Amino acid sequence: MGDILHQAHQPGSNSYIGQPVERVEDLRFLRGRGTYVADVQTQNELHAVVFRSPVAHGLIKHLDVTAAANVPGVAAVITGKSIGQDVPLIPLRQQVFDEGIPYLQSVIALDKVRYVGEPVAVVVAETASIAEDALEFIEFDLDELPVVVTTDAARKDEHLLFERSGTNCPIVMTARKGDAESAFSTAPYTRRESFSIQRHLALPMETRGLLAVWDEPESQLTVYGAAKVPFFNRALLARMLGLAETSVELIEVDVGGAFGARGEFYPEDFLIPFASRLTGRPVRWIEDRRENLMAMNHAREMDAEIEIACELDGTVIGLRGDINVDIGAYVRTNGFTAPRNVAQFCSGPYDIANIALNANVFMTNKTPAGTYRGPGRFESSFFMERLLYLAARDLGIEQADIRRKNLIPEAKMPYKLAKMGHVDPSSDTECDGGAYGEIFERCLEEFGWAEKQHLQGKLIDGRYHGLGLGCFVEGGAAGPREGVKMRLESDGSVSVNVGSSAVGQGLETILGQIAADGLGLPMDRITIRHGSTTLVKEGFGSFHSRSTVMGGSAVHNASIEMLQKIKQQAAIRFGCEAEQVEIAEGTVSCEGRRFTFAELAEDAIEVELSFPNSKHTYSYGSHAAHVAVDPATGHVEILEYQTVEDVGRVINPATLHGQVLGSACQGLGSVFLEEIVYDENGQLLTGTLADYLIPTATDFPGVQSISLGLRPCPNNPLGAKGAGEGGLIAVGGTIANAIAAALSSFDVQPSHLPLTPRRIWHLINNNKKKSSE
Amino acid sequence: MKLPKFEYQAPTTLSEAIALLEAADGEAKLLSGGQSLMPMLAFRMATPTMLVDLRKVRGLDAIVVDDTVRLGARVRWCDIEKDERLRTGHPLLQEAIRHVAHYQIRNRGTVGGSMAHADPAAEFPAVAVSCEAEISTVSATGSRVIAASDFFVAPLFTVLEPDEIITEVSFPKWSPTRRFGFQEFSRRRGDFAIAGAIVHYDMDASGRMADVHVGAFGLGNTPIRLEEAEALLNGQAPSVDHFEQIAAAAMKDVEIQDDIHADAEYRRSLLQTMLMRALQSSLGSGVWSS
Amino acid sequence: MMQIGITINGVCYERDVPARTTLADFIRGVAGLTGTHIGCEHGVCGACTVVVDGSAVRSCLMLAAQAEGCRVETVEGLADEEELSPLQAAFRKHHALQCGFCTAGILMTMHALLLEEPDADEERVREVLSGNLCRCTGYQPIVEAVMEARQSYG
Repeated sequence: MGDILHQAHQPGSNSYIGQPVERVEDLRFLRGRGTYVADVQTQNELHAVVFRSPVAHGLIKHLDVTAAANVPGVAAVITGKSIGQDVPLIPLRQQVFDEGIPYLQSVIALDKVRYVGEPVAVVVAETASIAEDALEFIEFDLDELPVVVTTDAARKDEHLLFERSGTNCPIVMTARKGDAESAFSTAPYTRRESFSIQRHLALPMETRGLLAVWDEPESQLTVYGAAKVPFFNRALLARMLGLAETSVELIEVDVGGAFGARGEFYPEDFLIPFASRLTGRPVRWIEDRRENLMAMNHAREMDAEIEIACELDGTVIGLRGDINVDIGAYVRTNGFTAPRNVAQFCSGPYDIANIALNANVFMTNKTPAGTYRGPGRFESSFFMERLLYLAARDLGIEQADIRRKNLIPEAKMPYKLAKMGHVDPSSDTECDGGAYGEIFERCLEEFGWAEKQHLQGKLIDGRYHGLGLGCFVEGGAAGPREGVKMRLESDGSVSVNVGSSAVGQGLETILGQIAADGLGLPMDRITIRHGSTTLVKEGFGSFHSRSTVMGGSAVHNASIEMLQKIKQQAAIRFGCEAEQVEIAEGTVSCEGRRFTFAELAEDAIEVELSFPNSKHTYSYGSHAAHVAVDPATGHVEILEYQTVEDVGRVINPATLHGQVLGSACQGLGSVFLEEIVYDENGQLLTGTLADYLIPTATDFPGVQSISLGLRPCPNNPLGAKGAGEGGLIAVGGTIANAIAAALSSFDVQPSHLPLTPRRIWHLINNNKKKSSE
Repeated sequence: MKLPKFEYQAPTTLSEAIALLEAADGEAKLLSGGQSLMPMLAFRMATPTMLVDLRKVRGLDAIVVDDTVRLGARVRWCDIEKDERLRTGHPLLQEAIRHVAHYQIRNRGTVGGSMAHADPAAEFPAVAVSCEAEISTVSATGSRVIAASDFFVAPLFTVLEPDEIITEVSFPKWSPTRRFGFQEFSRRRGDFAIAGAIVHYDMDASGRMADVHVGAFGLGNTPIRLEEAEALLNGQAPSVDHFEQIAAAAMKDVEIQDDIHADAEYRRSLLQTMLMRALQSSLGSGVWSS
Repeated sequence: MMQIGITINGVCYERDVPARTTLADFIRGVAGLTGTHIGCEHGVCGACTVVVDGSAVRSCLMLAAQAEGCRVETVEGLADEEELSPLQAAFRKHHALQCGFCTAGILMTMHALLLEEPDADEERVREVLSGNLCRCTGYQPIVEAVMEARQSYG
């Protein structure tokens, strides 16, 4: 398999695309030669540690950092005062609506703190240990204010987080289609259910970190540790510091996972560069895990009341309701994204003509929330799949049948989803195409759905068995564009710079495959560089599962253009027409004469372009699960979990498979293990990895996945669809439905996540009590 | 989460160690495996002025299996796991240790460290209590032997004086025909037990249970013996029906805490289930007899 | 401050460091071997796992002082020349890593395990692996890689 990197072939021949090429990144990661931000070497550096509010809500009465600043080895202590008149606010990056403005976070607390973990001061010292020691000497006193920790409390507007705004609800995002009121008034069957999902975290294995290097003579700032959206962040940071964009470079090094939470602009993204400029020395900040749990974006906490309306044959005719989203103390750069998604994507892959859903966003005194893999989609899939399960049961329709009946038929593609009341480039989106029913049947077949039906609700060896289903769509490939710069190097290799960010998804390999096929070169003649603002004129980054489609299409198009340019240069040298030039295996030839790419390199052949896209891609698929519930302990074992999906086109089946398994595992963690808990004072109770539990190797061994390139996407040259999040989206509903089926004799309805053993035990025992009363 | 400042000493004898602890007047802490102490330092929940490392003190790492099973204070979990003699010499001990944390922790964590740390959900303290182990210590005032039942005062709190060092934990002789069961419930493998039960007993000549010991842990307080259960089980023929009734009856007077991991009602039910399952699994143990 | 000498991958590193320096920080800061990563600093995630005198340990839970005179092996010492070790090659083949941050700790844990138990079955491999957190892979590919690598340790 290692040999495949050296294979030569015809341009455009796709001998790498579609192959499980071993990753180029692995060569350094396996040897311990990756460079994450904590590994970047520098001289004369200082270390920063952030002093964070220990109280959830209060007016700052007293903040004195003199004693801390005098600790030997401390170079500076930064507070709101140090920054001066205009302390910058962190703006919205996605779903940019004015409603968010009163709720934006300033880069450091000024007169008030609104969550435990909010940055109040930054200590900069010779070592991280000294900086941490100095925290003790900071005098900090507050007039505590009443704490709001639930959407119910927030909604009352009795205690406001932002007095001037007058309310704790910045925005209500509406999704509308057809005429829900009328559909519900005439529907022969309706059912309303309450749901809730717990607060979670992305928890990448690498915490956040930055190394900011201010070069005083050059007035140049270089910041290492960028990820996800370096170009946006660079522009923002430059503005905040009053510098020209050209004076600021954000460098992406190796990144230990992002999952949506790393890379957004956080307070530290300003504070650390500010510290470097203030002290005139490089400043390094490496978040510790305790901080990470209280300072990196939270996600997913929602409660909802949603109603489904059906015909008696199970055709879903309407969906309406309210979803209350707890986004914590501030509106973050992407704080409105999950609320928007949960409303628009509640219908998932199902054809529902009448929709009226409201996502009510609430502020609470908790760590602000942003996006986490499948934002709003995991949540809405849970709601939808549970409603389908209940409707099917009430109407006497088999679980697979009700889904067959309602999956969007291929003939209706492209299929418009509900329209958002708040208009932005993504508010009008449609499923691009796909054979949803076919993939569903394939899943049922792989899983053995029909053959396993006899297990439903059965008690075997002391455990109840159940099977569940769920279907999903995954939106990907957000626009507007992605930038690439390709250059023919003097040794005949090609360097490819791309604006996409690598976050662990194997970007260098995937784009290498695409470039190699496009140029007709062996992969080991291609060098991919990614993310940093030094690399291309414009870049947009990696989010919303876009890097394969956007970065990949940009690379693909650039390859075609590069070959054209090579032909043109060769034609000049040969003295013939460009059409007469043949390219193969890194050489150009015409009528028996030949040059290698290397020989042409002195002609400075370079291509820089952007690939634009305004249409989201929609990977889609189905999940099936077989669980066994131990009624004595409430423990659930996953005996089998099968996913089948269509991603349009598979570039690298190995990396894709890895993404699906990894995201399914995260989904199972969300269902069973992961939970951020606050007490009534807004104190974070789950502050260590012994409290916030993520899956380990022994928890969920039974996941299997199949990914197909069945219906290529019509909207990009690769035919690919974004596919990094689908493995997770349908997990909540699929598992909850399997558990409901297993415990049907107790009529347990799992509508609240997480489904911890304790919760399941109580559900069983409460219903036991009820039935014996 | 860098560690707070402290002085570090690695004495070569116990008396040196005791002298250092005494001089620090309660502000020094012993360092053995460090698997419990280091995280506390990282969170700055403990800020000792000095760490006294026992790594150079000889004679604390032996396992002796004769009339009793004696574990030196610096014996590590992996030493217990790998000791062939304990397969028959004390299989309950080996079974319990298999549940302790994870592989890397078991390479460093020690018997003495675990006892001194006294986590309410820890396995080893629970086995010590249920087996009536004895803890030998030395201090400036001399040496003493403390019964396990007297050793734990409250979660993370023992009777040890600030200058007192555990040298050995000693278990009564284990008969090869003795039956045992060990069951714990945790969220994931290796996590702290939310409820755990330990049972062991002999079979008398008429096939009835004798000298029954029943232990419980993870209940939010110190590990305990379930005396009610022991009384009910002694003299019984071992059978699943008996076990079910007795496990239920035994729960009545057990004090159980509510905490972030489990409410008392659920925990009580879990304990009952763990006890049932420990008793059931005991039926398949003690196979070295007819 | 104290003078500490530790042999890492066969090379002796000696430095005057504060007593509170962990083995993890010594490996990364003094020896400059940044392949060992710090993921939690409280002994749960396993990213910092190295091998000390033949045993896999969490280097964030050890003081550098406790490793005085010990033989420490880190990920950088797994492969001699430019070739990947069989374990590393198996990881690559089975796509057992994505972001790579947890990988060094897992390699060292599995390396230590297979040296002692080359016949470890899948259950044992998973059990030992449960002490290392990975957020990207879902663990299945790691288990497959380790099962294949066993033959090179036999």
